[in-house]
Amino acid sequence: MVGNTVTSDLLVISGKTFQSRLIIGTGKYPSNAVMANAHEASGADMVTVAVRRVNISDRSKESLLDYIDASKMFVLPNTAGCYTADEAIRTARLGREAGLSNWVKLEVIGDEKTLFPDNEQLIEATRVLVNEGFVVLPYTTDDPVVCRKLEDAGAAAVMPLGAPIGSGLGIQNPNNIRIIREFSHVPVIVDAGVGTASDATFAMELGADAVLMNTAIAGAQDPVAMAEAMKLAVRAGRLAYRSGRIPRKLYATASSPVEGLVGR
Amino acid sequence: MTITLNGDRYDIAEPLTVTALLKALSIDARRVAVEHNLTILKRTAFDETVVREGDSIEIVNFVGGG
Repeated sequence: MVGNTVTSDLLVISGKTFQSRLIIGTGKYPSNAVMANAHEASGADMVTVAVRRVNISDRSKESLLDYIDASKMFVLPNTAGCYTADEAIRTARLGREAGLSNWVKLEVIGDEKTLFPDNEQLIEATRVLVNEGFVVLPYTTDDPVVCRKLEDAGAAAVMPLGAPIGSGLGIQNPNNIRIIREFSHVPVIVDAGVGTASDATFAMELGADAVLMNTAIAGAQDPVAMAEAMKLAVRAGRLAYRSGRIPRKLYATASSPVEGLVGR
Repeated sequence: MTITLNGDRYDIAEPLTVTALLKALSIDARRVAVEHNLTILKRTAFDETVVREGDSIEIVNFVGGG
């Protein structure tokens, strides 16, 4: 069964199929070339990008899109840095025109220090954008009730944080992630907080449908090697989740036969 | 005449289309989105949309992000 699982267990969001359950960012890499190599090593087929003003005075900078293989990668614009529903909606609309799809990773930030989302504005922006035909993937706190409201507003997935963006703290509230998975009828993507491979595995073992990360790969000393580690970690966690782990017990149970011991 | 381009003052000699403005700025029109006086333009409208004195233009593209 597991053998079949490997090939048939694909991530589907709003009817679109993805080969990988790892979604990665494009920010903060040492160079665009390293980013491209990390993308390749990660096996991901969806990457996030930010929408920003073109630098008018300095046109010498290379275009990010020159380093993203659009034939392999689905490009998901975000609304990072937006602090109100209106700003996020405007940015999402611009991202749609700059790109080729109506998908958006919706962020409405409520606090500068923690970058925690403003869930009230987030739900409102989700509602507006869904009505405009967007496929909305909102970045939210790990609150099952908020996730349910986002789903009710038409979100195509919910993306609870594991820990604050860029913190590398790992999954701080595993029980909530598990509850969100149980409550949700849309994919649950743990977004933000991953520091190393075991964090990604843990998120997947909790039942997350995918993991989205940027800094954990881009900020590693060797981003390309870390990208491969994350690919394997996400796969391992998913397989373990689907395999049905053994129950936890307080005491030992022997793995070898207790009969036929020599000299007894 | 002066327009506001990405929040800054920018001088143009005469009214020009968005396509001409992008060309003058050496910007690949296929990779950006343009907002003209707070209205987001479809790419097909770049040729016919004329930028005039006092207009506000925002030109955005994709950059690295998470």
